[in-house]
Amino acid sequence: MNAPKNRNGNNMDRRSFLKVSMLASGALMVGVGCYGTPVADETVQETWIPNLYVRIDPDGKITIVSKNPEGGQGVKTAFPMVVAECLEVDWKDVQVEQAPLDDRYGRQVAGGSRGTPDGWDDLRVAGTAAMHLLMAAAAKEWGVASTECSAQSGTITHKPSDRSMSYASLLETAAKLPVPDVSDLKLKSRPSEFKLLGSFVPGIDNAKILTGQPMFGSDIRLDGMLYAMFEKSRVFGGKLLSANVEHIRTLPGVTHAFIVKGTDDIRGLQPGVAIVGTSWWEVNSAREQLKVDWQTTQSDSSTEYEKQAEELAGESGEILRHDGDVESSFDKAVKVVEAKYYYPFVSHANMEPQGCTALVHESGKLELWAPSQNPKSGRKLVSETLGIPESQIHVNQVRYGGGFGRRLRNDYMVEAAWIARETGKPVQLQWTREDDMAHDFFRPAAWHHFKAGLDDSGRIIAFDHHFITMGKDGETISGSNISKRRYPAGLIPNYRLRQSIIECNVPTGPWRAPGASAYCWAYQSFYDELALAGGRDPLQFRLDLLSKSYGKPPMDLERASNTLKVVAEKAGWGRDPGPNRGLGIAFAYGHLGYVAHVAQVVAEGSNIRVEKVIAAVDIGPIINLSGAKNQVEGAIVDAISTAQLEITISNGSARQSNFHNYRLLKIDQAPEIECHFIQSDNSPTGLGEPPFLSVAPAVANAIFAATGTRIRELPFKRSGISL
Amino acid sequence: MPEITLKINGKDHTLDVPDDMPLLWALRDKLNMTGTKYGCGIGRCGTCTVLVDGEPEQSCRLPAMKMAGKEITTIEGLSPDGNHPVQKAWHKEDVPQCGYCQGGQILTASALLKENSNPDDAAIDEAMKDVLCRCGTYFRIRKAIKLAAVYAAETGDES
Repeated sequence: MNAPKNRNGNNMDRRSFLKVSMLASGALMVGVGCYGTPVADETVQETWIPNLYVRIDPDGKITIVSKNPEGGQGVKTAFPMVVAECLEVDWKDVQVEQAPLDDRYGRQVAGGSRGTPDGWDDLRVAGTAAMHLLMAAAAKEWGVASTECSAQSGTITHKPSDRSMSYASLLETAAKLPVPDVSDLKLKSRPSEFKLLGSFVPGIDNAKILTGQPMFGSDIRLDGMLYAMFEKSRVFGGKLLSANVEHIRTLPGVTHAFIVKGTDDIRGLQPGVAIVGTSWWEVNSAREQLKVDWQTTQSDSSTEYEKQAEELAGESGEILRHDGDVESSFDKAVKVVEAKYYYPFVSHANMEPQGCTALVHESGKLELWAPSQNPKSGRKLVSETLGIPESQIHVNQVRYGGGFGRRLRNDYMVEAAWIARETGKPVQLQWTREDDMAHDFFRPAAWHHFKAGLDDSGRIIAFDHHFITMGKDGETISGSNISKRRYPAGLIPNYRLRQSIIECNVPTGPWRAPGASAYCWAYQSFYDELALAGGRDPLQFRLDLLSKSYGKPPMDLERASNTLKVVAEKAGWGRDPGPNRGLGIAFAYGHLGYVAHVAQVVAEGSNIRVEKVIAAVDIGPIINLSGAKNQVEGAIVDAISTAQLEITISNGSARQSNFHNYRLLKIDQAPEIECHFIQSDNSPTGLGEPPFLSVAPAVANAIFAATGTRIRELPFKRSGISL
Repeated sequence: MPEITLKINGKDHTLDVPDDMPLLWALRDKLNMTGTKYGCGIGRCGTCTVLVDGEPEQSCRLPAMKMAGKEITTIEGLSPDGNHPVQKAWHKEDVPQCGYCQGGQILTASALLKENSNPDDAAIDEAMKDVLCRCGTYFRIRKAIKLAAVYAAETGDES
């Protein structure tokens, strides 16, 4: 049976099936499986691993497997909570195991804010099915109907006869019962039904984190493990001519030093020099004496891009979409407003620099400990580059110190694998901060030329957008496009989106809400300019914009409007915030989520302090209130931080190199935060990306309200604003 | 390679280190104590924070060879069973997201509370501003420090 594939390459056949087994230990194991023909991992001993498993031990302990990568987004706590909710057990009785990469688990990616929407069904099925079986087992023991029984806290109760049995006592009976059909299960779905979900649950790994136990990829320690670094060309795409590896081999602590020819794939194994030794510091010291001859092939610079952007501004560009008739509508407009917006490249700057641990076993099998957001893609890259079959590669998923999209690329995996194979030793590759910043997959810079026409009530009747963006060979690159379906298309009767491309050699990649995390600031700041020009309140202006669609609505307009109204109400929008202060508002829709923010800033000279940010978020039911709030709070800090950062390209490389010239936001610059979730009976969607989107424009609009300074360029300091 | 004896979390460790090896790497690679993290190597992020005679210091900038006779506390040693008021507050407020910076945050906070048993926002910001958090847990760090102050006052425990 050929299951159709979705755009991630995963089987679309969502006909999950259940499997129940009794382990030798007396434990009951329940899993949800998927149809399909996965690549079996030969290094795994079990003959069958379901999509998820719940294991109940004879002593009553519940083990839930977490299959997705964890790097601070909280899925390792939240997803087992869903299983526990449906299983009707107390959270204190649950322990969680991190699964390795194994195709039988299905999707194992931390990206696109898809974990929650993709996992919601299977997680509930796993818990509910196990609970049903146990209930049926108790009913059988008592000779009563299942419908007369109830489940709570790991116990089945028959109220009419006042009898109860613990799950632990029912395992053998349950294992022998017919497995329920998934479609017969009634799954909890509404917040009103939840006992655990929606509550504030601290992270499952806190005990280890708080006492410094080994958790991260860089904490892996293996017998005989060596430490490695990999020197690549800072100038993107440089070709390696020669290196003084013979000298490096003589230095203290160095065990190996060799040239890696690499490939042309900037996302894969690049040419470079590997240095391996008995401690990272000795390798690092040796590296200081490394001399490499690079032949550079480009010398891109931000100043050159700016020149090209100015030239392209006068051209028409490629018309991606044109609704109605923009030009004649401008003629009819009562007011026409034009503005140019710009933002630079930015880096991911994960707190844990990239790295990976690898070991080739005597059997020839390759084992990796990969802090990756997409280990399956990494395994494929390693397999293709090294010529090892995927079935011979076992990837352990280790916690990573921040992802934000950087770890969707797996260059560090293939580097570590190559070095481990060359040396025949267990190797931990650890990048420096300078490596991390030089070899990022940056969020691309862009220019936006907006022109809008307003009618006499201040509504937009025409909107022209010339988007000047980075690309290669005339096409956009990762993170550098705007979809022609993206709002405000569909909200404005006469709408035109045009695109021009600047040829760019900078490696780019997904960065927390690719594209949107940057351009949302531009749109929502420009809307404020339009509101002002039309004499309208910024909230009313936006509600007007969201009140009507032309053709298919680009989002659920009611949810978007409601989210805006909630944040406005909670923030007391319209009040006087006090001397030297201003309020700013913005909304966004992205990755299925609806968000809106109000920021309050105070101006102290040319210094701005963001006093408070209030968020309203509609993503359906909340799973873990703490984890959900974490995403919103963290995104607020991230967005403000990023709005005052830039990566300058010069001589074909990134100029900024470490935290002294790429200064992340500090605690004394971070605002007070209030977070309001609008829970509903919709299906839950993700929070990794949406709550980032409307923060920077809310802050920028607040800065205008407080100071009269309109920020049209990021970072803020380009407008003389410092935080 | 020169030899040094370091007192870490109350215990003596004698080890051979290159004479310029920072304490951070002596901990991580010579002693396999990986609780102290590498973030930048230039003393700008605070993930490598340890306490030296009770004071928060960036271990990436401290040569191990110069640390003889000092009392070094790492995150593993603050309170291995997690009972320090700061650790308890950190758990109650669920401060960590990815967790990579949190060792540095916790040690720095514990030192603050020893010096100032009831810090206000300004004092917290001043003490904590050299430990970065990329995930943005600052809002919770402030709350957790205040809660830790309450816990410490309750138990009379400012360790």
